[in-house]
Amino acid sequence: MQVASSNGPALLRAEGLTKSFGGILAVDHLNFTLAPGELRCLIGPNGAGKSTLFNLISGLTRPDEGRILFKDCDITRLPPYRRVRRGLCQKFQTTRVYRGMTVAQNLLIAGGGATSDRQRNGRLDWALAALHLDAERSVTAGALPHSHQQWLEICLALATVPELLLLDEPVAGMTPEETKLTARFLDDLNRQGLAVLVVEHDMTFVREIGRSVTVLHYGRIFSEGTLDEIEANHEVRRIYLGEF
Amino acid sequence: MRYAKLRGWQTLTGPQEIGHGPIFWSVFALVVLMLLGFPLAGSAFALSNLANFCLYVPMGIGLALLWGYSGVLSFGQAAFFAVAGYVYGILAGNLTDVPFGTLLAAAGGIGACAVLAAVFGYFVFYGQVSGWIIPLLLLVLSLILETFAGQTAGYQWRVGSVLLGGYNGMTGIPSLAIGSLEFGGAATPFYYLVMLLMLGAYLGTRMLVNSHYGHVVAGIRDDIERTRTLGYNVNFIQIQIFVLAAALAGLSGVLYVSWGNYISPSSMGLLAATLPVIWVAVGGRSSLLAVLLSTIALRWLADALAVKGGEYAFLIMGILLLATMLFFPEGIVVMLAHRLRHRPSTRRSAAKSESR
Repeated sequence: MQVASSNGPALLRAEGLTKSFGGILAVDHLNFTLAPGELRCLIGPNGAGKSTLFNLISGLTRPDEGRILFKDCDITRLPPYRRVRRGLCQKFQTTRVYRGMTVAQNLLIAGGGATSDRQRNGRLDWALAALHLDAERSVTAGALPHSHQQWLEICLALATVPELLLLDEPVAGMTPEETKLTARFLDDLNRQGLAVLVVEHDMTFVREIGRSVTVLHYGRIFSEGTLDEIEANHEVRRIYLGEF
Repeated sequence: MRYAKLRGWQTLTGPQEIGHGPIFWSVFALVVLMLLGFPLAGSAFALSNLANFCLYVPMGIGLALLWGYSGVLSFGQAAFFAVAGYVYGILAGNLTDVPFGTLLAAAGGIGACAVLAAVFGYFVFYGQVSGWIIPLLLLVLSLILETFAGQTAGYQWRVGSVLLGGYNGMTGIPSLAIGSLEFGGAATPFYYLVMLLMLGAYLGTRMLVNSHYGHVVAGIRDDIERTRTLGYNVNFIQIQIFVLAAALAGLSGVLYVSWGNYISPSSMGLLAATLPVIWVAVGGRSSLLAVLLSTIALRWLADALAVKGGEYAFLIMGILLLATMLFFPEGIVVMLAHRLRHRPSTRRSAAKSESR
């Protein structure tokens, strides 16, 4: 395991990360740092490389170049399941829960991946209650409303006892109220010390969260800063915020 | 913790298998008692036949586990069945003077097909071979082994004192024995051995699929990438299930040669490779119990038809498979079980038990 050439503490660090698909650079020599306990939103127009970056971090795709450090360990070559065991778990863009199984069965599967201690299972219990899933344990996941499936998937990720939670479009298809609840939930979760990285299109959600924002454009970091700074940035407004 | 761990006997019943509640277990116990009491009433011929039908159950259950629960179809269970039978035959024939020689041979036979499955599974699952190729590869494995075994006629194909026998097959294989207690095909001890192993395989697998591990296996079937990103080494788990299914087929193979003292290459031919798939499809691959019942029923049917009119048996098996696929895609026994559950009179008890 290599030690990061550190400048400031980092939970996750990507160095010169590059991935191309058939000649198109989806992620282009990207450098990215996430501090411990940080909650960061990652935005950018379609095709900016957000989902590719996520898959590189979670290990579902291998980078062409560059490396990824998690807790100062090089995880670039680790298979996805090993990364999960180190505390890095992902919610997919399209909702992926075990639709044919009950909520309880879903949680049973997710809960066995990591060694668990009492305090963190307490966090899952808290999350289930906060997301109204507590009373739905015997419901088949596929029969849940869409928003509840999204929440269940977040809970599945929490059941693996992560130190960094990766969320790909967690509020896609939710009503404004549900979006608000999710934002507040993630804010609470983060205040408990869990680092969260969120990809999201929905600017209402990003504003609701109101923390630091990274703008991705053509596979590179275009801009980084607080929400206000980003919204004030003329170029960002042109490439992204102008879209909606 | 409410959602976390299931242990021990809790897993005997659960959402991954049909059949719950006091009525089910009462009927189950009654049938088991009847099976155990059958030697008192039935003729030696009927006993031997029933033992023959039931000895295929571990193979059927193994395929149900592999196909229904882990989502990997196999046309290769016959290969594992026959490999175990042949290896058992070779070892048992050479270890006649060794105490517990046939038990060593049984362990060797089942171990051999477990090793074969582990090597095959390593390349297939770590190579991420796509799902629909695997059954074809396994069918090819069966046919290659059949062809190989078919050309082993003559004295040059001799292992120790045992002749492989080419297409005529290997004859005079000793039955399983513990001391002076011999488990020959027509004997009552063999019948009890088969019943014990059949029930053991069923209940053991039932506990497995309802355990945490069994849920992960089903999770791999439903969404392999999701399961991978929840922290599971899915390829390794797939190999484990594949090896277990092969070992169960091997157990059936050992029982088969102990029953008939004979095995031939046709045990891994095209027909033999297809039959387990028919048993599992007709019964319903989402349930071990359904496959247990359909395996026995279809073995009985094939036997009854073969007595009447030769090759027609296979034609009828094929028609049965087609009809099941068209009209009851989830399997006949599973369909009947669901009908039974959703009858108004039983709705209340069904709602009480966990729904699935």
